[in-house]
Amino acid sequence: MSDVSMNDGPMSDVPMSERKLVGRAVRRREDPRLLAGRGRFVDDIALPGMLHAQFVRSTVAHAELASVDVSAVLEVPGVVAAFTAEDLELGDIVAQLGRPLSEFVPTAMPVLARDKVRYVGEPIAIVVARDAYAAEDGLEAAKISYVTLPPVMSEEAAFAADAPLVHAEAAHNTLVDVSLFATDGIDGIFTSAPCVVEVDTRTGRQNALPLETRGAVAHWDDREEQLVLHTCTQIPHQVRTVASRCLRLDERAVRVVVPDMGGGFGQKCVVGREEIAAAAAALRLRRPVKWIEDRKDALTASFLAREQHYRARAAFDADGRILALDTDVVCDMGAYSCYPFTAGIEPLMASAEMPGVYKVPAYRVRGRAVTTNKAPTGPYRGVSRPQYVMVMERLLERAARELALDPVEIRRRNVITDFPYTGVNNITYDPGSYLESLNLCELLVREEGWYEKQTAAAAEGRHLGIGYACFSERTGYGSAAFAQRKMKVVPGFDISEVRMDTSGTVSFTTGTMNHGQSHETTMAQIVADELALDIAKVRLHQGDTDRITYGFGTFASRSITIGGSAVRLAAAKLGDKLRAIAAARWDITPDDVELTSGAARRRNASDVLTYEQIADIAYLQAHLLPKDIEPGLSVTATFDVFNDGTFSNATHGCVVELHADTGQVEILRYVCVEDCGVAINPQVVEGQCRGGIAQGIAGALFEQVTYDAQGEPSATGFMDYKVPTAHEIPDVLIHHLETPCAFTETGAKGAGEGGTIGAPAAVLNAVNDALRPTGVELDHTPITPETVHRALNGAPSLELSS
Amino acid sequence: MNTDPVVTHPPLQLIALDVNGEQHEVITEPRRTLVDVLRHDLRLTGTHVGCEHGICGACTVLVDERPVRACLMFAAQAEGARIRTVESLSDGDGGLNDLQRAFTEHHALQCGFCTPGFLILADGFLAERPDASKEEIREVVASNLCRCTGYQTIVEAIDACATARRGACATPCDMSAGKEH
Ligand code: FES
Ligand code: FES
Repeated sequence: MSDVSMNDGPMSDVPMSERKLVGRAVRRREDPRLLAGRGRFVDDIALPGMLHAQFVRSTVAHAELASVDVSAVLEVPGVVAAFTAEDLELGDIVAQLGRPLSEFVPTAMPVLARDKVRYVGEPIAIVVARDAYAAEDGLEAAKISYVTLPPVMSEEAAFAADAPLVHAEAAHNTLVDVSLFATDGIDGIFTSAPCVVEVDTRTGRQNALPLETRGAVAHWDDREEQLVLHTCTQIPHQVRTVASRCLRLDERAVRVVVPDMGGGFGQKCVVGREEIAAAAAALRLRRPVKWIEDRKDALTASFLAREQHYRARAAFDADGRILALDTDVVCDMGAYSCYPFTAGIEPLMASAEMPGVYKVPAYRVRGRAVTTNKAPTGPYRGVSRPQYVMVMERLLERAARELALDPVEIRRRNVITDFPYTGVNNITYDPGSYLESLNLCELLVREEGWYEKQTAAAAEGRHLGIGYACFSERTGYGSAAFAQRKMKVVPGFDISEVRMDTSGTVSFTTGTMNHGQSHETTMAQIVADELALDIAKVRLHQGDTDRITYGFGTFASRSITIGGSAVRLAAAKLGDKLRAIAAARWDITPDDVELTSGAARRRNASDVLTYEQIADIAYLQAHLLPKDIEPGLSVTATFDVFNDGTFSNATHGCVVELHADTGQVEILRYVCVEDCGVAINPQVVEGQCRGGIAQGIAGALFEQVTYDAQGEPSATGFMDYKVPTAHEIPDVLIHHLETPCAFTETGAKGAGEGGTIGAPAAVLNAVNDALRPTGVELDHTPITPETVHRALNGAPSLELSS
Repeated sequence: MNTDPVVTHPPLQLIALDVNGEQHEVITEPRRTLVDVLRHDLRLTGTHVGCEHGICGACTVLVDERPVRACLMFAAQAEGARIRTVESLSDGDGGLNDLQRAFTEHHALQCGFCTPGFLILADGFLAERPDASKEEIREVVASNLCRCTGYQTIVEAIDACATARRGACATPCDMSAGKEH
């Protein structure tokens, strides 16, 4: 169990400099303002003369735009302007991969639809009014005429021989098609293997659903000759790049500022069309323009994720050891490629990483992205990993049944135990605790008596099931790892600047972008430790492209691994300079100076220079500095990962009860044994686990974006898109293991996504365990009450017709 | 030519609101919701909007000390009532009250977008049901949405606050002592 100390907040009496903060549950720096209602989210920004925008959106899924007439919109009281694609003449948003056309077809996403609409909700015109109500009124008056085309609403429809094309340039509606690895002799292995199992698994389309919808406030600043775009994004610099290209401004003439952000989970990790359109309107009108997405648009017309179809088979020897894995994965990417990740985001992740924690000697995969008339796909916490982990775990479970092996035992026989391990997928895994976490998770479930409870429940005719998911998660993708994906934008390094002012307090920057992960606290812990400074005197700045040299933002659990490492390196560099200045004053070498309690001290002597005194020399008495030391106390450092990254790992255990009368799946217990290396702040790590697990459960049991045959989305509100509440989400028992990463500066591995990755597999396996007496096995998510009800009541499964 | 009846120019009205003990007068359209008036006219932006259709609870405020979805109420309907928002919980210097401190101690917030709604919900609920069990607290927490935390720590924070208040009240106490500095 976690032995996190909860009472070591920054207010403790022990001087900060004498204790390390890394590893402690330091109270969050973010909390006081957020708790007092004094956070500043994008919709909290009000600028003088600000106007409000909303979008005229397509009401059909697939059509040529015959005409767009907004003249009547301008007559609506309160409406100030309405612009179409033709009015604004903006550049398109184009995401690229450096792959041949046979593997990747680039497509353009116009900021406002031009000739064609490709999903219900696609923006066609922007209406700007004196308030949001009047903007809504204005939308009603737009007259759009469509020449409708048959919508492409499924993978099967997309691949059909006579399928209409969503993008004329993408034959077979295919945007990505890669075949990888194909180990020599793999077909022979399948022919001769004693056990071959198959699964055909589909996972539902989901919405990452940050509680704060997307939004932006844009204005032109005449004095700075700059467009200032306040927007809630995980990737401020990439938004700047796209905005400057679409608006044809120099990049320095765009400043992206990110306020407090109400979650993102990947949905805000792509460049949206609406923030660019709002900026364009602000430029035209020379007045501030605000756009706040409403929930209906967020549910239907933002970026979605996770709709995947796996046809996978695995060969095993008689002892249950995996011999080969063969997979065909098709990801439904909706209407457009997202920037910067492209439509490759899901299929490339799945293809590269599917073998996961298991020793897989032979592997072949085909990964495809199809384009359909649905809102486009972007990243969502875990990206493909919740899906392929679920498929791998299904294959193991199925093999365990065939071979009459215990489901945990078959995993034991297959998990990687010797590190570093280079897999058949050419990825080298750094050390983790795969077997330890598996054993411990099972032990925790066993010690709580769940196996006995299961037997007792069965005797009463109740249906309890126990399921596990064992997985790792690559985090800290550096430039090397992303370059392998052949992205045109290769995210990887991060830059941090650490600056001390004349009062001896520190401001520092990161190129990552907190939106709930607590970086204001955890990164400050790292800097405070490195400089032996009270954490209250250390302040993080992020999310302002004028203040931060460059950054790739927050995604792929990269912030603490890469951003945190850059921060530590920069702090160390500043520490070196502080020591050098003190050493020069004392005429000794810097090695004889140590930093403790906010001051430089001469070893074995009583000489002390406080940081304030050193800063005074560095800035105000620079004539006292030796020639080889520049005035000022500002340093920058960069960090990158030059190998395959670092792998966090975990095992989840889940106990469910199925209710025969309602088909409801009730989660009775959830146990997580996780290893993210050194936890900078264990309480924060636990928060990431719990929240991630809740989202994984949401995908396993509740949430799905569906469409009717015409391409109309079924859910326009929370009545229809069922987001789980405290009723449905169980308490989670978390146990930490710690296998420090050898090459991040803090020993940390990423912790942001793991919870989401393991939960669908653990839940599905538990449900199937409970269904064992019925002989039914489910392979798809979300698992609906109807499916469970049918399974328990002996009715034929409807699953495969989905 | 626009003939849509919805867009005929809406009349304005003057309404008086009592928010956090202060009197405000606002000139507004009758269709403007309470949450919009609080946020955009009175600039009390602590109350948030997550759905505008009464499900997420991010907009929860107290109307005569009862939790209400401020997105489902027109501002005009709140005339004559006492409205309390998250801004009322801490004192002027930003000192946090016991409920807010329990949230930070239990890490009951991540992005913090849902937090004002949960704080106000809990504030109203605990005032009415100071003896609430943890299970009852979970029931109430289930009326709002949080996408970040998985709810466990929100339930724990509210339960810890309620328990501490009861402990404090085992010796004779003043129920308004919730605000500590
Ligand atoms: S905004 Fe009022 S309930 Fe969601
Ligand atoms: S803390 Fe982010 S929605 Fe609750």
